[in-house]
Amino acid sequence: MIYDQASYTREEEAQHEPLLSEKDETTVDVREESPLPEELTRDEVTLPELSEPEIARHYTRLSQMNWAIDAGAYPLGSCTMKYNPKFTEDVAANPDGAVHPDRSSRSVQGTLEVLYGLQEYLAEIGGMDAVTLQPPAGAAGEFTGIRVAKAYHEANGEGNRSEVIVPASAHGTNFATAALAGYDVVELPSDEDGRVDLDALEAAVSEDTAALMLTNPNTVGLFERDITEIAEIVHGAGGLLYYDGANLNALLGRGRPGDMGFDVMHYNVHKTFATPHGGGGPGAGPVGVVDELAEFLPTPRVRETESGSGYERFEPERTIGKVQGFEGNWLVLIKAYAYIARLGDEGLADAAAKAVLNANYLGERLDLEIPYGPYHHEFAATSGDRDAADVAKRMLDYGVHPPTTKWPEMVHNAMLTEPTEIENKSSLDDLATAFNRAFADDDETLENAPNRTTAARIDQTSAARNPRLSWQALDGE
Amino acid sequence: MSGRDYGQKAGSPYAPHTDAETAAMLEAVGADDEGDLFDIPDAVAFDGEFGIPARSEREIRAELRETLADNDDLTEFLGRGHYSHYVPSVVDHLADRAEFLTSYTQYQPEIAQGFLQALFEYQSMLVELTGLGIANCSMYDAATALGEAATLADRVRSTSGDVVLVPEQLREGKRSVLANYCDGADLAVETYPMADGNVDLDALRERAGEDVVMVYAENPTVRGCIEEQLADVGAVADEADALFVLGSDAVALSVLEEPATVGADVVVGEAGALGLPAAYGMGLGLFACREEFLRQVPGRLVGASEDATDRRAYTLTLQTREQHIRKERATSNICTNQAWVALRAAMHAAHLGPSGLVELANDCVREATDLAERIDDLSGYGAPVHDRHHLREFAVRTDQPAAAVADEVEAAGFAVHTIGDHLLQVCVTDLNADAADELVAALEAAA
Ligand SMILES: Cc1ncc(COP(=O)(O)O)c(C=O)c1O
Repeated sequence: MIYDQASYTREEEAQHEPLLSEKDETTVDVREESPLPEELTRDEVTLPELSEPEIARHYTRLSQMNWAIDAGAYPLGSCTMKYNPKFTEDVAANPDGAVHPDRSSRSVQGTLEVLYGLQEYLAEIGGMDAVTLQPPAGAAGEFTGIRVAKAYHEANGEGNRSEVIVPASAHGTNFATAALAGYDVVELPSDEDGRVDLDALEAAVSEDTAALMLTNPNTVGLFERDITEIAEIVHGAGGLLYYDGANLNALLGRGRPGDMGFDVMHYNVHKTFATPHGGGGPGAGPVGVVDELAEFLPTPRVRETESGSGYERFEPERTIGKVQGFEGNWLVLIKAYAYIARLGDEGLADAAAKAVLNANYLGERLDLEIPYGPYHHEFAATSGDRDAADVAKRMLDYGVHPPTTKWPEMVHNAMLTEPTEIENKSSLDDLATAFNRAFADDDETLENAPNRTTAARIDQTSAARNPRLSWQALDGE
Repeated sequence: MSGRDYGQKAGSPYAPHTDAETAAMLEAVGADDEGDLFDIPDAVAFDGEFGIPARSEREIRAELRETLADNDDLTEFLGRGHYSHYVPSVVDHLADRAEFLTSYTQYQPEIAQGFLQALFEYQSMLVELTGLGIANCSMYDAATALGEAATLADRVRSTSGDVVLVPEQLREGKRSVLANYCDGADLAVETYPMADGNVDLDALRERAGEDVVMVYAENPTVRGCIEEQLADVGAVADEADALFVLGSDAVALSVLEEPATVGADVVVGEAGALGLPAAYGMGLGLFACREEFLRQVPGRLVGASEDATDRRAYTLTLQTREQHIRKERATSNICTNQAWVALRAAMHAAHLGPSGLVELANDCVREATDLAERIDDLSGYGAPVHDRHHLREFAVRTDQPAAAVADEVEAAGFAVHTIGDHLLQVCVTDLNADAADELVAALEAAA
């Protein structure tokens, strides 16, 4: 039990921790000291004004009301919540790397060398020919990849291809990305086994097909065994095959998207390569492509100089331009480089092996049914007629973070679980116990859960019906 | 010896399994070895090598220290969209707490109140700085936030137009990102001219019409000029029934005209001017807008609610806008965002307080004014190029070719922007103001 003085002494109060604005709000007259003429300034600004000790207490207190991978397992399916090696923070904090992106290539040789090295590593790992590090997250990588595919089709006089095919079980970003890039989305049903239905794919492809977006293993952990046929069908129709790298952790050292016929892929370095998610971001979503697509990648990329004595930025010949204002999320990319270097070939393969072993071991210990298999790094259990979200809330009471719930939809009341390689056997046993106990608890207990968390069950309906999105909107509440 | 990390096992050092544990687990799942668990057909299986040697922590730290030491030690007078100010140590120490750094998106709010509250506070600070009703809890950076603003304009504007108007002086990279976002929505990016570093109001008025869905302006501009007729720009946009999108940053907003009062519908920009050191262009996309666009906002929103004990609690809300629910009809494809950078920005803002923030911004005006004057006094230079007020940065006219001057200045240890054949740009903040004398000397030597 955490000693939680704040909540004892403030028992009567209506919040778990007061807002900064409730601790102090100060209004400053902007014009009083302004070097600017009055008409170019605002008149005042009102914000919290706290001393450093108060700030340290505030955020330390907030941190104590937050789950984290360092606190315990975070088996969110599809999210690959791995331990984030501490030393990668130290390499990222090196002030020599704190440079502005508009520096001349000549003066940032060190930065370019790290970026070049990471491009090379990722190309090897994915079986791709060329890599851009610019996209700032997985979804941005998808957008980049689909924009590249579009540029490629246009360059071939096939700019009228108007559809992107997305399996029904795909992540929401795949659909949203295709739409953002201006494509019509064709949803592909799964077959009975939970994989791509080849007949349905045959029927879906046409001269309108720009690309098929696929993750492999798919979102219930199954390897798309027919990947060679899938590639043939898509390529046969003149489309490109896009690999969503969110599940790459399961393949490390055992399969490469490039060898499976994928033409373009993103890497989710905040999943596969253990960079911290930071409460939702930042991540990075580098994109790898086969040779034919390299000339369309975002600008700039990094290469060795002709003499081989250094590195330079260059603009790919028919670049799509930029997808982030500068050159991506540097602080994330350097951590990914350090992680890959720490593991090397053997460690990367071991990560995949243990991730798959862990998922299978955990699955074996659950009382819940797992409709699809054989699965790899993750599985979708079903809570049957019990509400998966309720079971998840109850799991909080058993001291663990629950899995992703109610997705993908192909599994009713899905509990998509991905323990990753970092959990040991006893931690998996604890997780299984939490799962099984929550699953066995009665309906009322589930509906009233959680009870042992900072906040009890939070009213989602009230949050959405009466949106209060700032302290200004609370209005004295 | 140096290659060893004592006590660490073979394979991944972050997979904790002992051999005995692995054996017991394999037995439990009925497999002989881990390879049995992979269902990858031989035809596509990989049995080659990446050729990536594993190194120890110590080796990697040394390697990267040496590699990054190859970056020249320059004092940067660089801005143009990527700004840094001194970030107090307390921000690093608090933000690096593992409870923040190693947490995930707050899909289980009951055990994520801390981060949710911090993001709610961040949103609130932006509401104050912009005067607009809503701020989301982050986009990737200023450029992608601008792209998102354009697609929002496309969704909310009743006119059938397809033109997004941007200023002639705009960072090329930002324009390019915007164009990528616009293309999918069949929007065209067009340019309106500027007059002496500010919006050319007459030209804009002439261009604005039914076909325009959005007018974008920046304050300060990419050249550091403070706009003098923002309310008029807003009025032009309004007359054309176009959205007025204003670009700025978290420091500038604390002193410049409040966006809401000049009619801005959306504010985008760089919030990473707070909380983030120079990070090779990594940013924090600021996105705020008027309340009426609530259901069209891209990205995550944190809202207040109550828990079952009636205490105030926070949660991600209005998620039906987002990709994981709405799929191809989502307001954006963004999922992973820059939450941890937003946390840092909020911490930095809280540490500065309104008085510190305003002082910092005022200094950015004073330093820019002073340095421009001193450069103007040198023979061979004219500064600022535009007869405007400036914040942080300004353009400099050079008699010599600008690139040659920049090279010479770089050889003397300073980085400045080259923005034209005879144009440099110089950015001065709390971090480099004490090197201004030396920069002036270097410029003088290079004239
Ligand atoms: C399968 C899948 N695809 C794509 C994404 C999007 O990646 P990101 O959140 O980095 O944008 C995710 C993760 O959230 C995912 O799980």
